[in-house]
Amino acid sequence: MTRLPINSPATRPVASTRSFAAALQAIAGARAFAVALLLCIALPAAAPALAQSGPYVAPGTTETLIKDPADKARYDKLAHELRCLVCQNQTLADSDASLAIDLRRQLESMIVDGRSDDEIKAYLVARYGDFVLYRPPMQSNTWLLWFGPFALLAIGIVIWFGLHRRRKPAGADGAGVAGVRTVTPRSTPEGGGATTAADLERVSKLLDRD
Amino acid sequence: MKIFRFLLPALLFAVISLFLYKGLSQNPRDLPSALIGKPAPSFTLPVLGQESQQWSPTELAGKVWLLNVWGSWCAACQVEHPLLNDLAKTGTVPIIGLAWKDKPAASIAWLKRFGDPYQVVVSDIDGRAGIDWGVYGAPETFVVDKQGIIRFKHVGPITPELMQTKLMPLLRQLQTAS
Repeated sequence: MTRLPINSPATRPVASTRSFAAALQAIAGARAFAVALLLCIALPAAAPALAQSGPYVAPGTTETLIKDPADKARYDKLAHELRCLVCQNQTLADSDASLAIDLRRQLESMIVDGRSDDEIKAYLVARYGDFVLYRPPMQSNTWLLWFGPFALLAIGIVIWFGLHRRRKPAGADGAGVAGVRTVTPRSTPEGGGATTAADLERVSKLLDRD
Repeated sequence: MKIFRFLLPALLFAVISLFLYKGLSQNPRDLPSALIGKPAPSFTLPVLGQESQQWSPTELAGKVWLLNVWGSWCAACQVEHPLLNDLAKTGTVPIIGLAWKDKPAASIAWLKRFGDPYQVVVSDIDGRAGIDWGVYGAPETFVVDKQGIIRFKHVGPITPELMQTKLMPLLRQLQTAS
């Protein structure tokens, strides 16, 4: 297939030297771009030629050393509770990353050695941090994680009550003084208590329904 | 009271924005290093190129040293490698290479090609020593002090800025400490 460059002087006669220079510049620019593009495509392809395409996975037994069914069950449970650190949203059991293969092998040999689940977890947490556990432990720096949603819920309820009490005019259910309502349609300290109690009752009814 | 009603959404917006903004600049792949301040895990591994020999960190007890985890398969290791070559030339600190999850022949060829800044390279073919050091990718670099405690860990290639602003001052400080 032959294709002439669109901008080349051969296909497009140039009237003045100025536009000729511009055309030359355009060609140079296009050529630099093409070279850059080629490099982008060629470099990643060339990289594996320099080295292996990825980490080397040592040959050896994986998931074959464990014979006892109880140990096998432990292995499966732990592999599903531990995180693959390379592909962060997968468990060790799910992942095919080479580090996950190594970690599974580590897990297997520790089980064969008779280490307990807690010992194995402690070993990995000491090296990779709590992040390796899919279920975050309850400790001082995870309180926000564990109790944050409940705290937000509590704050939400408080705000809801606060706003509701304010919006409702005092004595709406006849408890307040009529005169107050016509002057300023706002809750008074005296009227507020009664309204809140009624509201509380209504809210608890609403909540019970669900 | 009206001010409160107006302020609350604004405050909520500010808080959420702050969290989202912080999230933008955080790399979820940078995990907090669990081993900092802890004794460097020991290992006994064959020396690259002289497989009959074994090497263990106890040989550097009482010295400040650097452990660089790399592999011939690791592209980012090539990026940081000239910096390690330069550091080795200054003779500031012994640099130990951990050829992580790599075939020895490939490691040797790679060092021939890009230079060998390491005092010793040990082969961690099956990656067990790497797991013991909490390695989850290459390159990773550790600084171990005279007492054998890990004082610093960097995940990813070393940059000239890191070398100048962090690594060199730390090495000097650790070397002058008793």
